[in-house]
Amino acid sequence: MTKKRLAALTTLITLSPTLALADEITPASAGALDIVWVLISAALVFFMQAGFAMVEIGFTRAKNACNIIMKNLMDLSIGSIAFFLLGYGLMFGSSAGGFVGTDKFMLSTADPLTADGRFELAYFLFQAMFAATAATIVSGTMAERTKFSSYLLYSLILTTFIYPVVGHWAWQSDGWLAQRGFIDFAGSTVVHSVGAWAGLVGCWMLGPRLGKYVKSRNGKLMARGIPGHNMPLGALGVFILFFGWFGFNAGSTVAGGDPHLPAIALCTALAGAAGALSTMTLTWLKYKKPDPSMTLNGALAGLVGITAGCASVSPSSALLIGLICGVLVVLAVNFFDHVLHIDDPVGAISVHGVCGAFGTLSVGLFAEAAYAGEGVNGLLFGGGAGLLINQLIGVGAVFGWTIVTSLALFGAIKYTVGLRVSPEEETRGLDIEEHGMEAYHGFQMFTNQ
Amino acid sequence: MKLIIAYIRPERLNAVKAALAAAEIGRMSVTNALGCGQQRGYTESWRGVEEEINLLHKVRLEVAVNETYFDAAIRAITEGARSGTDGEGQIGDGKIFVVELADCIRIRDGLSGTEAVGGITPPE
Repeated sequence: MTKKRLAALTTLITLSPTLALADEITPASAGALDIVWVLISAALVFFMQAGFAMVEIGFTRAKNACNIIMKNLMDLSIGSIAFFLLGYGLMFGSSAGGFVGTDKFMLSTADPLTADGRFELAYFLFQAMFAATAATIVSGTMAERTKFSSYLLYSLILTTFIYPVVGHWAWQSDGWLAQRGFIDFAGSTVVHSVGAWAGLVGCWMLGPRLGKYVKSRNGKLMARGIPGHNMPLGALGVFILFFGWFGFNAGSTVAGGDPHLPAIALCTALAGAAGALSTMTLTWLKYKKPDPSMTLNGALAGLVGITAGCASVSPSSALLIGLICGVLVVLAVNFFDHVLHIDDPVGAISVHGVCGAFGTLSVGLFAEAAYAGEGVNGLLFGGGAGLLINQLIGVGAVFGWTIVTSLALFGAIKYTVGLRVSPEEETRGLDIEEHGMEAYHGFQMFTNQ
Repeated sequence: MKLIIAYIRPERLNAVKAALAAAEIGRMSVTNALGCGQQRGYTESWRGVEEEINLLHKVRLEVAVNETYFDAAIRAITEGARSGTDGEGQIGDGKIFVVELADCIRIRDGLSGTEAVGGITPPE
């Protein structure tokens, strides 16, 4: 994913064809293969937007489905444009002190007459889809009560500024985290945690949905379930996300002939499967029955967890990381709901934030030179604690940056245009109140919330 | 024996159920309903064309009670279904209709009359 990796690969291909990744590939055709692979991956990551939309719709109530569709469509649209105008330059432009990029705005340096320039157009598209993914995670945490206009404002700022700065730190070869050797191959921290931590702040500032926490007889706040209205749609969303994740992770090689591709794709699949398995087992033991909605979250938890290390760990380690994430997500969902009383309707803070952070740290434990490259070993494979400490610094820095900027952003929105709809609007549903139409016109929905 | 039919706001159903349970009434039927009254409808728009929707979502609640439980049931439904703050009612909170019940027969064993209506304790 890093430019360093990209540059090294280009040098490899151009300078030493004998070292090329497949025997017969000439430099020119390798370039074409890279472009095709990046474009296919961009399309796969684009499709993840549909996955997010379906998960969020399925896990929430029928009266807010149109609103979620609009949020997912518009954070993609606004996000791509904002990333084109400013975000991409701030992320991948020449570095100012390892902190932020300073050129490449509107792809000004990409010359369509050169192979490099044409590759950059494809690369931008791929990266723009990542920016939109980070933005859309927040849609889930703040679902069913956020003012639509405020959400648009938020997604503009996240994709213009908050996300690109983090991306610059970790993915621009001169970024300060990249320089330290921080490994976040496809974005457990850079994409998923940024979205989740921003979502955490937004969710906390908004407050819970009406009726989510009620006083019980002994005066304590008690969490109530607000069941989602369409599990098949939620499940379809998770399958779509799983499918798109192959583009998200394997596509992050940004090279079609990359020798790591098979291992990356395999690690992705194993971790997702393991996440689903351990979540299902845990809910079966804990709640007496295997919980479908939580198990769906578990698959996503495993996928988020392996996103950082999919090019650095062995398939066996990926399996283990997935299993751990599947347990973590259940504990985290319970913790946010029952202890902190932060109302995250789809569990996105747990899936993308907690498992994103753990996944990033796990690289410091499980990295192996055979997968990660010469001399890169985690704590458990004899590399000492150095990498783990770097990972910890990365996770902590991104957490701090995202929390502080999100506090400023959501605070500013809250005290100017307002963040939340009125209780009457919330009760009747955002579809009618914000968009003037229903998602299931002509259907009778039985609701009592 | 009386049959109480109440049309209430969907979001008040849980409060009504809790109030009925507190009055030891635990048997009821609940169905979806669409209706209109003094509360105005709302306007939907479809691709820029406005459409007046006159029927609002309500919940229809039916409870059959013996005379001894009648007043308590009416009080519980009324209190539970009011949507304003501090028990104030608002337009749109719904209506309660009461009809005399000719008979009631329990399908399982053919038991009829006031015993079949029952309604002593809500299930734990």
